[in-house]
Amino acid sequence: MTQPLTTPSATVGPYLAIGLTWDDGHLVVPEGTPGAIRIRGVVLDGNGEPIVDAMVETWQADPDGRFDHPDDPRGASAYPGFRGFGRAQTVGGGFEICTLKPGRVPDGEGGLQAPHIDVSVFARGLLDRVVTRIYFADEAEANAEDAVLRTLPDDAARQTLIATPTEDGYRFDVHLQGDRETVFFAV
Amino acid sequence: MTGTTSGSRLHLPRYLREDASLRTPLRYPEYKSTGLRAPLRTPVDLPHRLTEVTGPVLGEDRVTAADADLTKRAGGEAQGQRIIVHGRVLDSDGRPVPDTLVEVWQANAGGRYRHVVDNWPAPLDPHFDGLGRVMTDDQGRYEFTTIKPGAYPWGNHHNAWRPAHIHFSLFGRAFTQRLVTQMYFPDDPLFFQDPIFNAIPEAARPLAISRFDYERTVPNWALAFQWDIVLRGADQTPFETEDDGDVA
Ligand SMILES: [Fe+3]
Repeated sequence: MTQPLTTPSATVGPYLAIGLTWDDGHLVVPEGTPGAIRIRGVVLDGNGEPIVDAMVETWQADPDGRFDHPDDPRGASAYPGFRGFGRAQTVGGGFEICTLKPGRVPDGEGGLQAPHIDVSVFARGLLDRVVTRIYFADEAEANAEDAVLRTLPDDAARQTLIATPTEDGYRFDVHLQGDRETVFFAV
Repeated sequence: MTGTTSGSRLHLPRYLREDASLRTPLRYPEYKSTGLRAPLRTPVDLPHRLTEVTGPVLGEDRVTAADADLTKRAGGEAQGQRIIVHGRVLDSDGRPVPDTLVEVWQANAGGRYRHVVDNWPAPLDPHFDGLGRVMTDDQGRYEFTTIKPGAYPWGNHHNAWRPAHIHFSLFGRAFTQRLVTQMYFPDDPLFFQDPIFNAIPEAARPLAISRFDYERTVPNWALAFQWDIVLRGADQTPFETEDDGDVA
């Protein structure tokens, strides 16, 4: 088989706000949706400084673990207004999305994954997106049996993917470098 | 391609991982901003499961017809060389990616962005905001009208200039296909000194450059450039489906 040639990625550059800003970007569900939570965090560089020109995108299942997508063979999401997708910039120093906590998702092999959100981070200085996952600190049992978390080398690595509870949701910081560098995934 | 269920097993489309030697690396020291931002550890392979083979299917409600013409904003005509940019969004098996959102942004004819942190002394154009959005049609085609962006200086190295480029953002139909990239113009004399262009492995650089398309120029109106965008393809391995019926 010949090597598929895909278009190479490039950085979003410092002016991504021109093209990628949506007023409702951070609303995975509309404001006021029952059960909505806020996930907030910062994206930090190798000096531990918050990056103010990054964009965070999220993709996740609904609370029943379903995706509103034709390749989910189990049928559409039952949560009206649930987009599954969020995008938020870090202009003010951090990002924030409004969403519903995802449910457990089949792993395709008869098991279940722990609740998680797939995350892409884009920024000036990143020649491609970097991909990580948000898991939840209050899902210890599900996390303990999650195949992806289990393949990570140690607990310190796992901890970089665990969002911690706050008053109205969770906190999840992304460390691009440093002692607490977030685990990033090749997809 | 649609997933199917069989007992507790899910049969999902599989998206190919491209050869790493053809991907833009995250670490590229000549591009200074990578220094504190590109992760230092090797990424962990993430198996493609349901979260990765699905993705946002963003509909027409994100786009109005006016979003495809960047030359007419705020009740007037943008300054500069009017061009049509068109092409197809394909996956690496050559199949079109229909009905997918394409977002573009760019500098004006003088190389200036309408953005608070862009303050180099080229004039802003009151009739150009640099933002476009289109959906691909059922053949994966996209087209927009704009002006040719100017080159602009930046602080990466002494006398650094970005070649003219248009920023593109694409979703495809799966999380694995997400792509943000830049389209360049043929024979740009600034390529040699641009680390963002040269970070692309040499064999893949032609894929980032559009083609001048005389056929699609509009007499007395606009020049044209063609650029196809290739997203990662899905594995052709057949799935067990009822209509796999060519056994007669
Ligand atoms: Fe640019």
